[in-house]
Amino acid sequence: MAEMGLVDIQHSVVETEATNRGYERGLIELAERGTDIIVMDADLAGASGTSEFRKRFPDRFMDIGLCEQDMIGTAAGLSLAGKCVFVTTHGMLSAGKAWDIIRSTICYGSLNVNICGADAGLSAGAAGGSRQSLEDVAVMRTLPGMTVVVPTDAVEAQKATIAAARIPGPVYIRFTASRVPIVTTNMTPFTVGQAGVYRQGDDVTILACGVLVYESLRAARMLEDDGLGVRVVNCHTIKPLDRAIVSRAAVETGALVTAEEGSTIGGLGGAVAEALAQSSRPTPIKIVGIEDRFGESGTHEELLSHFGLTARDIATAVREVLSRKKALEGQGAGRTIDRV
Amino acid sequence: MSPTPIELREIAKIVRRDVLTMVLEAGSGHVGGSLSAVDILVALYWETLRVKPDRPDWEERDRLILSKAHAAPALYAALARRGYFDVKELLTFRKLHSKLQGFPDMQETSGIDASVGSPGQGLSIANGIAIAAKRDEKQFRIYCLMGDGEAHEGQVWEAGMTAAHHKLDNVCAIVDRNRMMGDGCTEDIVALSPLEEKWRTFNWHVVEVDGHNMEQLTAAFSEAESVKGQPTLVLAKTVKGKGVPFMENRAEWHDRRVTEDLYEEAMKALS
Repeated sequence: MAEMGLVDIQHSVVETEATNRGYERGLIELAERGTDIIVMDADLAGASGTSEFRKRFPDRFMDIGLCEQDMIGTAAGLSLAGKCVFVTTHGMLSAGKAWDIIRSTICYGSLNVNICGADAGLSAGAAGGSRQSLEDVAVMRTLPGMTVVVPTDAVEAQKATIAAARIPGPVYIRFTASRVPIVTTNMTPFTVGQAGVYRQGDDVTILACGVLVYESLRAARMLEDDGLGVRVVNCHTIKPLDRAIVSRAAVETGALVTAEEGSTIGGLGGAVAEALAQSSRPTPIKIVGIEDRFGESGTHEELLSHFGLTARDIATAVREVLSRKKALEGQGAGRTIDRV
Repeated sequence: MSPTPIELREIAKIVRRDVLTMVLEAGSGHVGGSLSAVDILVALYWETLRVKPDRPDWEERDRLILSKAHAAPALYAALARRGYFDVKELLTFRKLHSKLQGFPDMQETSGIDASVGSPGQGLSIANGIAIAAKRDEKQFRIYCLMGDGEAHEGQVWEAGMTAAHHKLDNVCAIVDRNRMMGDGCTEDIVALSPLEEKWRTFNWHVVEVDGHNMEQLTAAFSEAESVKGQPTLVLAKTVKGKGVPFMENRAEWHDRRVTEDLYEEAMKALS
């Protein structure tokens, strides 16, 4: 997959960086290019990755205080007056506490406000369950007109931030506070709504987002030793989902695993299942994520392992889904046999 | 030339009659809180706001955010009578395919400056527009009409702090203080008084007026424009259901359905 310009994670030392940093670089790039952006934060600039932006562009930065609801409403007003606004705070505060305001002012008015869920997924780590946002993708995805992006690394986070500024309607982007592996480069194509096929394979497809793209690429490598051809797709855009790539994966490989650092209810797995159940032949799917529970304290790395989100766990899910695919093939799925 | 207070009162009567016809025709809608807000809206749209109804997107226009979005019938009637769209549209209020949705939708209706619906959110929107206006050195002003029951919403007070902190003297909020909400009197449900002191403590310039007195309302809006370094709150003391005696000060007329008989009686009172 040389044309994807990916980092060779098998043969080189993989660098890491918090995707919050990519967000910040994207914001700085936008301001440097002369985009009329306003970046808002709710007393978490130090943690959420906008402090450098604040230093560089103080007149484009506004700390609203611990007023997440007012921040979203104020952002709506700024957008109505023609500004390109980015609002930033922890995912469970931006997507959670301010959900009604996002819905009723921003989405209902189709406003160009970009909402950032910093420290999302399990990346709030030691802070524990109350501060980890595992439901943000699901609750944002239900909102009409909302675009939802979960960048895989800091490089992609920067591209997603710049892309969001150009999308006329609302966008939710989710970032991590902790360092995660960098698997893409500036050469890697990125378009909102278009998933990237990062590895070819015909036996099974892993559709992943966020840090689990890296884990999925490692899982694919592990499974290769068993003689399995595993396709890996970076589904960074949860909404609008790249239905073409998902449906092709279902038809061509016949088994899917989705992998995300969030709830198994309503996230990437939910989106893929919804799309396939209505368009394709029966395809076994295994949704890897956090199953209907809150997070807990620990390091990000420990938590990924604790919640079964590592390459090894994804490989186990692949084997399980493949056994279901085999059983289905045995039944002659999708075909009927005339009885004599 | 500005209309005289007498002319403004005549316009208000027409708008009140429109409101009643709309809610009768729709079979639903918030009549009490619409009637209490009519005089405020008429004072704004016919006297205070610098707007061009034939150019609703005119960039330099003053903005009005209807935070008490349930008063949509009053706003729609005012906009139609002010020339934003045909008054015949008012008969489509709340109906399928209507431009006049139950709560204001800026993507559907000419003259709506922001989509609103969920209570307590308008002032934040007004602040955002005001901050952008100051950045861009625009002279237009932003008005936000709130209900008093809305003050139960925490976001109102967040926005109150933001406006004062950023010295948004281009923001003028108006509270339609009719003392009634859906379930009863505000003071019985969760007391708001002393509301004027609360806003003063939040570092706002506060003006108390009779919300049905055109001279007092327009004078308050002029005063607000002259106040620098501070946002202004006009506490407009009003009567819920104003103009229709059997609706006045009755909480059940928050959103009660108007029947044909009652409609005739109400229209007689407003003739």
